[in-house]
Amino acid sequence: MAFAIPMVIVTLFWGFVGGVVPWFIPKGPNRGVVIAMLVLTAVCCYFWLIAILSQLNPLFGPALSNDTIWYLQFHWR
Amino acid sequence: MGSVFRSEEMCLVQLFLQSGSAYDCISELGEMGLVEFRDLNPSVNSFQRRFVSEIKRCEEMERILGYLLREIRKANIAVPEDDEICPVAPPPKHVLEIMEQLQRLEVELSEVARNKEKLQRNLLELTEYTHMLRITRTFVHSRSRNKALGPQYEEFQSIESDSAGCTGMQRLGAKLGFVSGLIHRVKVEAFERMLWRVCKGYTILSYAELGESLADLDTGEISTNVVFLISFWGDQIGQKVQKICDCYHCHLYPHPENDEERADVMDSLRTRIQDLNNVLHRTEEYLRQVLQKASESAFTWVVQVKKMKAIYHILNLCSFDVTNKCLIAEVWCPVNDLTNLRGALEEGSRKGDATVPSFVNRIPSNDTPPTLLRTNKFTSGFQSIVEAYGVGDYREVSPAPYTIITFPFLFAVMFGDLGHGMVMACFALWMVLTEKSHKRKRSDNEIWTMFFEGRYIILMMGLFSVYTGLIYNDCFSKSLNIFGSGWSVRAMFTDQQWTNETLQTNTLLILDPNVSGVFVGPYPFGIDPIWNMAVNRLSFLNSYKMKMSVIIGVMHMSFGVVLSVFNHLHFKQRFNIYLLFLPELLFLLCLFGYLVFMIIYKWLAFGARDSRLAPSILIHFINMFLMQGGDNTPLYPGQTGLQVFLVVVALLCVPVLLIGKPVYLYWLHRGGKSLRLRRGYERVRRVSEDDMSQAPAYADDEEEGFDDLMTSRDTQPKEVKTATVHTSHINI
Repeated sequence: MAFAIPMVIVTLFWGFVGGVVPWFIPKGPNRGVVIAMLVLTAVCCYFWLIAILSQLNPLFGPALSNDTIWYLQFHWR
Repeated sequence: MGSVFRSEEMCLVQLFLQSGSAYDCISELGEMGLVEFRDLNPSVNSFQRRFVSEIKRCEEMERILGYLLREIRKANIAVPEDDEICPVAPPPKHVLEIMEQLQRLEVELSEVARNKEKLQRNLLELTEYTHMLRITRTFVHSRSRNKALGPQYEEFQSIESDSAGCTGMQRLGAKLGFVSGLIHRVKVEAFERMLWRVCKGYTILSYAELGESLADLDTGEISTNVVFLISFWGDQIGQKVQKICDCYHCHLYPHPENDEERADVMDSLRTRIQDLNNVLHRTEEYLRQVLQKASESAFTWVVQVKKMKAIYHILNLCSFDVTNKCLIAEVWCPVNDLTNLRGALEEGSRKGDATVPSFVNRIPSNDTPPTLLRTNKFTSGFQSIVEAYGVGDYREVSPAPYTIITFPFLFAVMFGDLGHGMVMACFALWMVLTEKSHKRKRSDNEIWTMFFEGRYIILMMGLFSVYTGLIYNDCFSKSLNIFGSGWSVRAMFTDQQWTNETLQTNTLLILDPNVSGVFVGPYPFGIDPIWNMAVNRLSFLNSYKMKMSVIIGVMHMSFGVVLSVFNHLHFKQRFNIYLLFLPELLFLLCLFGYLVFMIIYKWLAFGARDSRLAPSILIHFINMFLMQGGDNTPLYPGQTGLQVFLVVVALLCVPVLLIGKPVYLYWLHRGGKSLRLRRGYERVRRVSEDDMSQAPAYADDEEEGFDDLMTSRDTQPKEVKTATVHTSHINI
């Protein structure tokens, strides 16, 4: 569940930028460049997916010093 | 797609310009800036071309303008460099006027400058003389007052009654001479020593420093001077003293005999100095006026002369036809701009009052046209980066529109800091917003010019760095906790795994994701902030970043390979798709695409529970090539079979890549249809030797040797292979 919500939101956002906005760019000499930029930006920024996939099933946890653990125990949920 | 996707279609065009209006037509074409002229007189020496004298005239004008601008800058008058005013090249009849004006200005300026210099020199001399008189007066009077000046004056003790020492000398019958003047402060000691040694003590030198420093006119440096007074007697010593003074570059002035004379001279000097100052002031004002007037049109003239010179250079490239009334030029023009070209020629003919209008004639050609890619101020920076690797062939797909995003994105993947990215973006934004004023200033600083020319690139890099900084969760090397970390420390305590005692006994503890509640879920956007505080942060981050690099790299390379399909389709070389594109893509995907698949599969399939069994991808990949298997647990069932299949396919692609295309082309030339180049047009030209010499060269092209094909083919796939292997090796 914690994985699905960000997945859907981000996919929808970059899908909108890369797939829907290009249809609304007004005709002009720069139309081709702008569309190429939008699609490429959407594809490149979708590499956020790699960050979330790599953390989905962690094989090991963080090693913290005992001071940090003491602090986190009280300050984080 | 638009013209950015591919370079523009060009055509070869012949322009027939009437001699009278040729200048105006070319001026119009130059303002438009769309055509490239071919040199129709390549064998003619540049000194023998037709319009050499006009070019010489332009260069003479440029020289005068350069001198003028230097003088204006020296007088600190601002030259209004307005970029909006772009004057057109003047017609030939106005050229003489401008030339005359410039020459007159030059003569006037040089005269005034010379006079000013003379006056200043004069003024300096008079000022020095005044100072000298003033100071030597104190010598003379102090001498008479101060008896204790020492053994130098023991013979002349009777001077006290006289105010001027020289009359006492005359009483003695000795001829006392005085030499007075100024000398540089630094030379005084050496001067004194030289005098003492040469004149053997028969001279007396008194000197005092001049309070103010005067500027030396020859060198322009400000130095402190010393006023000296040498008294000697005897003619020969006088000559020696003179020679020594000359040697030390002293400024000598006549010493007055007595006080009345001194006062007279000082008075006259004072009036003369005043007059000189007046005249000098007036001269400077006049000079300034002249320069001010000239500065108003100086910049316009500079631009006009440059344009004129360019037009004459272009006219030199054209050739005259047999009747000598018409100029012929061959230009490359984009097909889309043919109407504009015709319009420009009509305009030029109208301006030049031609009886016969100039016209264009499109001619077919087999030469490769030049590559034209239109850019605006945003895309020009990226286009120049791409061109640094090489200019594309005619009508090839241009990678420039994609580099607008991929280049800054790859930079950002390496940079990845939110805070620093924001600083970079703000700096670039400032440059972009104030670009008009910076363009006008035209700074000389090379480093600043480099940054300014790349302002859009830096802006994109900064914006993407902000995004990747968010993903890496790195803001000035600290992490932000926006959504709440996915790792919970408290859960380790609640499950009785840790107690306060464990905390006290161990300095370092590892959170175990197997314990329930410790790992809640992946951080929604980016890397979890807890990793910033972890000691083993690099183990996790390195693995993440290397895998990310492999994935991005493979995708980027596949994108590039796919782009080549458009080239093959456009140039109607279908065989390239099967012989080049398919093997390349298969090779890339079978090996490195499979690696990407393994990475993602391992992320999804293996978790904390089976972390002990999680295999190393690197080992698997190496084993795949060595066709060993067995030792490691497979990632998924059927892995060995699939891997063998993929390696075999990739290895089969290699010979196809290397020798497929050369073999095919060889077969085409021998057994297939032969390709003959057609040349079916005539050129109206006087110089025809070049045409003959080029014709036999075309016939040789078809006889492409097998060796040429092999070598041209060989380099490309080898590069691709080595590049892919190298990158993946580093990343793994």
